[in-house]
Amino acid sequence: MSTLAVHDHGVAHHDDHGHEHHHNQSFLSKYVFSMDHKMISKQFLITGITMAVIAMILSILFRIQLAYPDKTFPLLTTLLGRFAPNGRISADFYLSLVTIHGTIMVFFVLTAGLSGTFANLLIPLQIGARDMASPFMNMLSYWFFFIASVIMLSSFLVQKGPASGGWTIYPPLSALPKAMPGSGMGMTLWLVSMVFFIASSLIGGINYVSTVLNMRTKGMDLWKMPLTIWALFLTAILGMLAFPVLVAGVVLLIFDRSFGTSFYLSDIVLNGVQQPYEGGSPILFQHLFWFLGHPEVYIVIMPAMGISSEVMSVNSRKPIFGYHAMVYSLIGITVLSFIVWGHHMFVTGMNPFLGGVFMITTLIIAVPSAVKTFNWLATLWRGNIRFTPAMLFAIGMVSFFISGGLTGIFLGNATLDINLHDTYFVVAHFHLVMGSAAIFGMLAGVYHWFPKMFGKMMDEKLGYLHFWLTFIGAYLVFFPMHFMGLDGVPRRYYAFTEFVSMQRWLTVNTFVTWAAIMAACAQVAFLYNFITSIFIGKKATQNPWESNTLEWTTPVEHLHGNWPGEIPTVYRWPYDYSKPGAEEDYIPQTVPFSQTMSSNLPTDFEDNPKGLEELNKFQSTLKANEQVK
Amino acid sequence: MMAQVQKNNDRLDLAPKKFNMWLFIFTSFMFFAAISSGFIVYSGSKGHGLNVIMPDAFKYSTITIILSSVTLFLAQKAAKGLQFGKQRMFLWLTFLLGVAFFVIQIYAWYVLAYKMGVHLTDPNASRSFVYIFTGMHLLHIIAAILLLLNTLWGTYKNIPQVRNLFKMEMTSIFWHFLGIIWIYLYVFLLLNQN
Repeated sequence: MSTLAVHDHGVAHHDDHGHEHHHNQSFLSKYVFSMDHKMISKQFLITGITMAVIAMILSILFRIQLAYPDKTFPLLTTLLGRFAPNGRISADFYLSLVTIHGTIMVFFVLTAGLSGTFANLLIPLQIGARDMASPFMNMLSYWFFFIASVIMLSSFLVQKGPASGGWTIYPPLSALPKAMPGSGMGMTLWLVSMVFFIASSLIGGINYVSTVLNMRTKGMDLWKMPLTIWALFLTAILGMLAFPVLVAGVVLLIFDRSFGTSFYLSDIVLNGVQQPYEGGSPILFQHLFWFLGHPEVYIVIMPAMGISSEVMSVNSRKPIFGYHAMVYSLIGITVLSFIVWGHHMFVTGMNPFLGGVFMITTLIIAVPSAVKTFNWLATLWRGNIRFTPAMLFAIGMVSFFISGGLTGIFLGNATLDINLHDTYFVVAHFHLVMGSAAIFGMLAGVYHWFPKMFGKMMDEKLGYLHFWLTFIGAYLVFFPMHFMGLDGVPRRYYAFTEFVSMQRWLTVNTFVTWAAIMAACAQVAFLYNFITSIFIGKKATQNPWESNTLEWTTPVEHLHGNWPGEIPTVYRWPYDYSKPGAEEDYIPQTVPFSQTMSSNLPTDFEDNPKGLEELNKFQSTLKANEQVK
Repeated sequence: MMAQVQKNNDRLDLAPKKFNMWLFIFTSFMFFAAISSGFIVYSGSKGHGLNVIMPDAFKYSTITIILSSVTLFLAQKAAKGLQFGKQRMFLWLTFLLGVAFFVIQIYAWYVLAYKMGVHLTDPNASRSFVYIFTGMHLLHIIAAILLLLNTLWGTYKNIPQVRNLFKMEMTSIFWHFLGIIWIYLYVFLLLNQN
């Protein structure tokens, strides 16, 4: 036993050594192969923003094609070369553009960029931990993500261009290298990139869950965790359950592509030649893909929900309305997200009874979503609202979630879906409810935690400009698409000029493209603000938003291990804002109830009879004093 | 001094790392659950049964992997009792049994392909699934063998006992899990072979 203890000591010392005396780290270990969660979160954020800018440029390119299908732009040929011969984007490259735009936005920006940034930054800081459970795995997670990003982008450099079968990579287009130009090398790179991406997500997710469950500071029980942590925690669980299933689907796809199996392939004639594949089921891929794919959209939106909840509570100077309901609705969404995947497959010839089942489970998700929406609005109700840029983006997130969520009720309906499937109605729906909403949640997080990340403040005026242009732009882009979809305009088409019935939408497409260009320009304001603020921004104070959570108790200067001394103990939930009787309108989680006698409530002592007794004693003394007066 | 120890303790915590291993096992389990449900969906919707009697080699590999779990358990017991020579011997035994398992599985592929005419590229993809199940499991086995070698290497370097026990535990969790997964896959195939 004594041997054990001695050894234990040795290890502890060794570890301590690693933390305390390595402040003169080399450039490589500080900025590149960093194992500090704060640095890794910055790496995720900056890579995520870079990928977002690239995906946005891709979207502008295909919007130009949709707005001006008959015009030629010699500049495009100069920029894109063989992908845009004669000044027009080629049909194949158009498909590549939408595919890679979707892939980058869903996976690289809104999964890795969003969860990666904020889980890494906030989990250790808000639960009171020195770092992640395994800092090494954390570093690995980022570098796998980086490799995945490089490989995905490198597919623009191959002869036949990037993958072009849509971000859902349905076989047979994705399974037969000769099916179309994008099915060749581009598709192979897509698959390799996603293998790295999934590895990154899983490694990251495992770390997040483990850290939240094992490394909370003293007093931080689950019901004292901020909603950001709840959301990031449940998101990580979703990822751990869903991504392995995508791996299974992709493994079978790789065997079909490269080893001649026929899991997904059957009765295929390519260029007039009958292919040897028999008996495969392309629907099998859809099942495996959407078993990931549907939880994936919640992986995208739940961190945004958590961030918005936190930001809205802080800036309304009010406790979040219905904290427990917020947590239970997140758990409800997590569970339900696994039994709704069939609503992506209503028109695959699914048994109508099964369609009915999936329809009911899908519509049930409206309940937790509505609970959350109600609670956000109720949090705003009669609050002392401070319209910081972060707050505006959080409100914007709620707005998009409502207006995009409503159309989900239409699409979740098996019968209506026959008409709406694969039209612009779907494009409008998911770009509002998970695209814009999640991006706004992410931007809210960036504006709110920028002082924590970089120790500087972002410029507010530029933030307002950025918000209003983006908010209005997003609605102008996506709202008209509902009507196109209702009219039956299909998504992913290269040009609508060939169809007489769709020609009338050309003017709308032109309008949408100009709105998109305006919204894209607004992002320049953000980028300028983000980059310059890092270097010349106003210095941040320790708690600039007068917030309750633990991350604001750490010093502005980052240090490895987060807190210079002991990790603070937590005594109360994170939402004691504007508590009646308190001296200030916020009480940090680290303030014990004994220091706030005048504002304590009987409900604060539900499982603490001794405290309740003290409170009653205090209040009766107070009353006695009043009577004396 | 006490405060110093306290401070150091909150910086060294191996329990969360062990928990990471459990979570990884969970994701790995999801993967095997997904491919076996893929099998059910495929054979259910296409009406293609497997119609292959599993080769006997799988029986031998099952026995091998169970034995390797026993030797690994004994190695861990020895490690806890500070009998490092015994620990090393059982680790080597486990390693050899692991390699043997690997070889027998490859031999089973040979039997399937050359004796029974069941190929990876069979038009009946239910049969391809046999290769996918075993192949994906073997990939995990490679990882497990590497982990085992790392632990073994640790016993030759004079690492602290906490580290040694920690490595032993990590290896054991993964190794026993792979045994269980193999038994699951084998039983799954046996139940579906007709």
